[in-house]
Order: sequence, then C-alpha cells, then structure tokens
Amino acid sequence: MSAAAPTPSTPETGDLLYSDVEEDLRASVRALVEKQAPWDVVLARTDTEEPVDTDLWKRLTQEIGVAGLAVPEERGGAGASWREVAVVAEELGRAVAPVPFLGTVVATALLLGTGEDELLAAVAAGERTAAVAVGATRGPGRPVPVTVERQGGGDLLQGTVTAVIDAVTADVLLVPVSGTEIAVVEAGVDGGGDGVTRTTAESLDMTRRLTDVTFDGAPARIVAGADVEHALRIGAAVLASEQLGLAERCLADTVAYLRERHQFGRALASYQALKHRLADLWVAITQARATARYAARCAADGSPDLPVAAAVAAAHGSEVALLAAEDSLQLHGGIGFTWEHPAHLFLKRARAEALLLGSADHHRAVLAELVDLPA
Amino acid sequence: MTSTDTPPDLGAEDLAARVEAFLAEHDPSTTEPSEFLRERFAAGLAWVHYPAGLGGLGAANGLQTAVDAAFAEAGAPENRPRLNVIGLGMAAPTILRFGTESQHRRWLPSLWTGEDIWCQLFSEPGAGSDLAGLATSAVRDGDEWVVNGQKVWTSMAHHARWGILVARTDPSAPKHRGLSYFVVDMQAPGVEVRGLRQITGEAEFNEVFLTDVRIPDDQRLGEVGQGWAVAQYTLMNERVAIGGGTLPRESGAVGPLAARWREHPEAHTPGLHDRMLRLWVQTEAARLTAERLGQQQAAGQPGPEGSGVKITYARLNQECSSLELELRGEDGLRYPDYTERRPEVEDYGRRDAAWRYLRFRANSIEGGTSEILRNVVAERVLGLPAEARADKDVPWKDLPR
Ligand SMILES: Cc1cc2nc3c(=O)[nH]c(=O)nc-3n(C[C@H](O)[C@H](O)[C@H](O)COP(=O)(O)OP(=O)(O)OC[C@H]3O[C@@H](n4cnc5c(N)ncnc54)[C@H](O)[C@@H]3O)c2cc1C
Repeated sequence: MSAAAPTPSTPETGDLLYSDVEEDLRASVRALVEKQAPWDVVLARTDTEEPVDTDLWKRLTQEIGVAGLAVPEERGGAGASWREVAVVAEELGRAVAPVPFLGTVVATALLLGTGEDELLAAVAAGERTAAVAVGATRGPGRPVPVTVERQGGGDLLQGTVTAVIDAVTADVLLVPVSGTEIAVVEAGVDGGGDGVTRTTAESLDMTRRLTDVTFDGAPARIVAGADVEHALRIGAAVLASEQLGLAERCLADTVAYLRERHQFGRALASYQALKHRLADLWVAITQARATARYAARCAADGSPDLPVAAAVAAAHGSEVALLAAEDSLQLHGGIGFTWEHPAHLFLKRARAEALLLGSADHHRAVLAELVDLPA
Repeated sequence: MTSTDTPPDLGAEDLAARVEAFLAEHDPSTTEPSEFLRERFAAGLAWVHYPAGLGGLGAANGLQTAVDAAFAEAGAPENRPRLNVIGLGMAAPTILRFGTESQHRRWLPSLWTGEDIWCQLFSEPGAGSDLAGLATSAVRDGDEWVVNGQKVWTSMAHHARWGILVARTDPSAPKHRGLSYFVVDMQAPGVEVRGLRQITGEAEFNEVFLTDVRIPDDQRLGEVGQGWAVAQYTLMNERVAIGGGTLPRESGAVGPLAARWREHPEAHTPGLHDRMLRLWVQTEAARLTAERLGQQQAAGQPGPEGSGVKITYARLNQECSSLELELRGEDGLRYPDYTERRPEVEDYGRRDAAWRYLRFRANSIEGGTSEILRNVVAERVLGLPAEARADKDVPWKDLPR
C-alpha cells in the first residue's frame, strides 16, 4: 500500500547486514571482554577508586585497535569505518564494559575534521585518551552552549563544563570555545594538568562515570574548523549500537532465566503473559538493529541522510534499551533487585544512555525539522 | 559484504538480457495482455525462482524483484496481483511443493496469469486461530471425496475459480492428524458463496457453504492425513516475501497522516505532535527492519523477523489511521458510505481515512492474529516452551467444542 508521492524523498538504504570482517571483529572483542570483564568483575570494580578498566582498554586499543577503526590508514588508523566501530559498540554495550570507548568515538569524529593528525594518530593507537568536554546530554541538531572562554582572547581557558563522559582517564581534553573552535588542553594523567580540575561525580551509571571539569587559567592550543555537532551526531549514531548490544544481552539473560526458573509447577517461560512480553521486546530489538545499522552505514559513507538516520536510531534505541533493561529486572523478580545480580548494571547504563547525546525527545524534536513535520 | 546467492548458471545480468529479448519480441503496447502474460510464463520470466517449464528458470529468489521492475518499467500488463494475492502468495507455492506434475501443469499457468483467481477455505466458525480444530468433513466415495461444512471469512471467494481447502478426513484421529488438503472447484455443484458484511459496510469476504460437494481425488494435495503439514506450508507463505530494494520512506499508513499534518498546521498541538513524531520514527524503524529482512532473504539467510514485521505493520496502520482521524477534528466524525457493496480491490492509500481506520482493525486478525504471531516469535524464535495443552493426543471427535 503506498500513499501519494512520499515526502521527504527516500535515500538509498545500503547494506544493513554484518560483513564477515565485522563478525570476526565482533568475535575478537567478545572473547576479550568475556575473559577480562565478565559482569561480576565489572560490578566489583564499581566499588573501587578505579572505575575505568584501563587494562582492558589498553588491550582493546592495542591488541584489537578499536580506537583507530574509523581513522584512515594514512592518518594512523586501521582504515575501516564507523560500521566496524558500531559493531564494537554493540559488544561493549552487551558487557557494560567500563572503558572510554564512546568518548573516544566522539573525540575521534571531532579530530578527523581538524588537522590535529599527531593527536589523532595517538588516540587511534590508544597511546592517548581524549574526551570532548561537552555536557553528556548535549545532542546533535541544537547549538552546544560554550561555557569555557579564552582569557582575554588568548590561550588560557576559564570556565566549567559539567557532566562530561569518559573524561576520568582522559589525558587530553577537547573543549569547544566557540562555534567552530576547540581548545586542546593537556589534562595530565592523574586528575589534572595545569589549571585543570576534574571532579569525578557519583553517577547513576557506575560503569561510565561523569566528570565535572573546571578550567582556571589552563593553557590550551586553539584549533579552528572543528565541527562539534557532527561529532555528537556520530556519537549518537554509534551509541544506538551500544544500546542494541545492551538490549540483546538483557533479552538473552531474561530468556535464559525464565526457562530455568519454575513456579506453579512449570517453567516461567511457558506463561503466555511473559512470552508475549519477550516477543514484543524481540520485535523492538530487530528494529533497533535495523535503525542502528542504517545509522552506522550512513556515518560510514558520509550519507547526507545521516542526521535523519542518527536521530531515528537514537530515539528508537534509547527506548528499546530502557525497555529491555527494565523488563529484565522485573522478570527476574527479587533476585533482579539485588546488588549481587547484573540486572542493575544494565538498568543504570540504559537509563543513563537514554539521556546521553540527546534524549529520545531531543532527537524527535530535531527530526521534526529534518523531515518537515513542524510543531 | 554478503552477496546475493545465485545459482552459478543464471545471474542478474542473464535475466536482464532475457527480459530485454522478451520485450523486443513481445511489445507490451501491441500484444494482447493475456497473450503477453501467457508468453511471459512460457519464457520462464513469471517467477524466475520456479522451475523451468512452470513459469521460472530455477534462478535465485532474490532476483525476481529486478525482473518485475523491468517489466513494470516497460509498461507490461499486470497479472491482477491484488485480486490474486492468495493464489500467488499461498496457493502457488503449496501446489509447487506438494502437487504432482499434472497438477502443476493444470493449475499454475492460469494462476500466474491471473486468469483464475484463488481463495483460501481454511477458517470456520468454530476454528480460526486453532485451525486444526476444523469440522468440515471429507468422506471418500470411490475416486471422489464428498465434502460438507462451512467456511468463513473467505476473501475473494466471489471472484475465485479455485479454492484451497482443508477438511477432516478422519475424525477419530487426533486433530492434527485427521486432516487432508484439497483444491476445490468453486463452480462445482454444492458450493455456495454468500457475501459477509464487515465493519466498513462492504462485503469483502464471504461465508462459503459446502453441501455434498464432490471433489475428484486427483485434486488432493499431499497424502491423506497430511493436510496439517500442507496447510502449515501454506501459512508459512502467507507473509509474502519482501523483495530487495529500497522501500519508500513514508510508505504505508504514515504517508497520508504526514501529508495531513503538513497541510493542516491549525490542527497541531504539542500532544499530537509528539504522537506524530513517535509514529514517524516507528514507521521508519519498521521500514528499515523490513528492508533488512529483505536483504537477509536475498543473501540466503531467511530470518524469522517476518512475524515481527507483520505485528508491527498491523499496529502502525491502526495507530496512524487513528491519529489521522483525530487530526481531522469534526471531519473525523464523518464516514463516506456504509452502503453494503463489494469493494474494489485497490490501493488503500486512496481510500478515506475513516474507512482505513476501520479496515486496519483487521490487520491484526487476518493472516494470523497478532497474539498468535507473538506465540510464534516466542516459541520458534526465542525457543520458549509451548503452553501446556489438553487437545493434542485426544481423538478430534472427543474434544470439547
Ligand atoms: C479481513 C479478513 C480476511 C480474512 N480472510 C481469510 C481467508 O481468505 N481465508 C481464511 O481461511 N480465513 C480468513 N480470515 C480469517 C482469519 O484467519 C481468522 O479470523 C483468524 O485466524 C482468527 O481466527 P478467529 O477469527 O476464529 O479468532 P479466534 O481464534 O477465536 O481468536 C479470538 C481472539 O483470541 C485470541 N487467541 C486465540 N487463540 C489464542 C492463543 N492461543 N493465545 C492467545 N490468544 C489467542 C486471538 O488472537 C483473538 O484476539 C480473514 C479474516 C479477516 C478479518
């Protein structure tokens, strides 16, 4: 059934499947993460002073090269694309892995548009970790407020950015100081470089903690031609894949539990009320996969439809991941409410992710303009 | 990259060349349509994945879309695909799979060309979701079967020349084991088709009364007692395979809704805007999901996503048309015409919004209800256990009804 001439026009969809290379990459990441960061290890780390698994990050970046996938070979990367990045995000989401991958994705997208090739190559190689100092809830399609300024227009920074993700272990911060310029700030390894104070906040998502950053006369190098909005859009597109991985994990865990758990003399998985709930979740996840793959392929190919694709994937992915995590906890009953069960790790990650890089509502509002459905 | 699985001997280029050669020889603008269609069937360009001699060339399934597109572009006549959805989508694959050679030759050509429309005589007043509980009986009499019973909700029966029929041939066997599958001549004595009025006012489907209808045994598909397996195969094909290629954005029920939204800014409120955007996002997600499924099928990895796609489209059709009525305000209270008549089989997008709102209620019932499809997803995709049931091993005649 088709309507009259559809508005807006339809871009080519492209390949939404996984290539063999992507499946191989997935297998390597999964094997490493399952070995090094099973959920109980992830949970135990949340009670320590070292919320980021720097050792896992080192192996992911140096053995598998996850930070350089979208960087061309001639600029020090692996010359793959955002599609492969998205597959890694799925696996890290499945494991709620406490590594600064998402922040690295946004920083890489930002650096790719500049001439900062030395830094880009170092980030791609995992030798350095960069974070973009933008509040975590900022999404593409709306101007990013500039809260840090150059003292007297010079090279020293003044101001504060709250709720930055993946800045806990970052040794370089990329700080928007105008619509088109960023300041590159050496942040030191432990806490702060000159004039930089970082405070790690107690965070709803214990596996991805927020940092409030204050600059008080911090020396910086100013770089022009930086497109922060594009970087956030790439971040949102990749985040949708992380949400997909998380949602799939929640569904798989719940299916396994309900098959095994018996009440009233039969497996809980044989009750239709629960079967239908899981069937609906499965349907939603198939859609999250399609939208996340489309966003990744648009990012990879530089498609002009990326703004729409990312907004759709992010709006849909946020809701599906949250539903999966909430249903998972509910269907585990009391055990799911205990600290010693992984359900809360996924719940907290999903709840936080639904705010990261723009909420579903944010993305729908942006979409309204993109596809001509005004308020 | 996953590539389309093609038999080594026949690729997309070969097919394109054959289509071109065919068109050169049979100009669609001067050839009589039914003649054109018969020739197209004979050339194996009807359904290219069917065997040679039966309208196909044994090519890969995924290649059909391009062939159809090439014929459409050349202005070739259509084979009444809307009117014959059941024939093309369900009867044909079943005949191909379970029919004898002479049955193939007897039914497939006129089915594909649209000369003969088919209908599906499965549902009964007492058996819908639980199809295996059906009561229509077929009793053997020499080389024939004598059939008695009532079918219901039979779409297209008033157009149909042939019907696919499931009937009970052994009432003392458990329900799934006592069924057989037949092709019934809708013009045979004892077949009575009565229009059944539906909530739109029209009579799109029918009741079909079967009174001492005699069906020759050579119109049986599959073995006696194997009817359930054959019927399952038919139902599996109900979700018409989604071809490759890009589906238009805003196709389906969201199209007229979005158009109305753009044309009537005075109707906008924040609450309606939020619903509009949510439905747009969900429709786009459903579109990409269907495309991904098409890509999987073309790559030879048939996914179980099909049931999910049907559940989703049913819901979106219903919610979009409902919101569209709300946007219409006072006009949302009007209805074009409740007069009882036989509807045109046409593009739903052209029908009135109120009509669509009503018609789409059936989307979650026809072709397997959304509840049953959720069972399918839960059991066949997620591997969850079936619910305990009491009707499996009891002779059908002893079951409560
Ligand atoms: C427009 C239209 C066209 C149709 N065309 C045809 C046709 O051409 N040929 C044909 O043979 N049939 C046709 N049908 C019939 C259709 O296949 C049946 O209506 C459908 O299978 C449901 O059966 P039922 O109506 O007996 O409902 P029931 O099976 O009685 O179901 C009633 C309700 O109970 C729910 N339910 C039933 N079983 C379960 C269960 N195990 N778990 C949870 N919920 C359950 C159902 O989902 C439904 O909501 C058509 C129907 C419509 C509406």
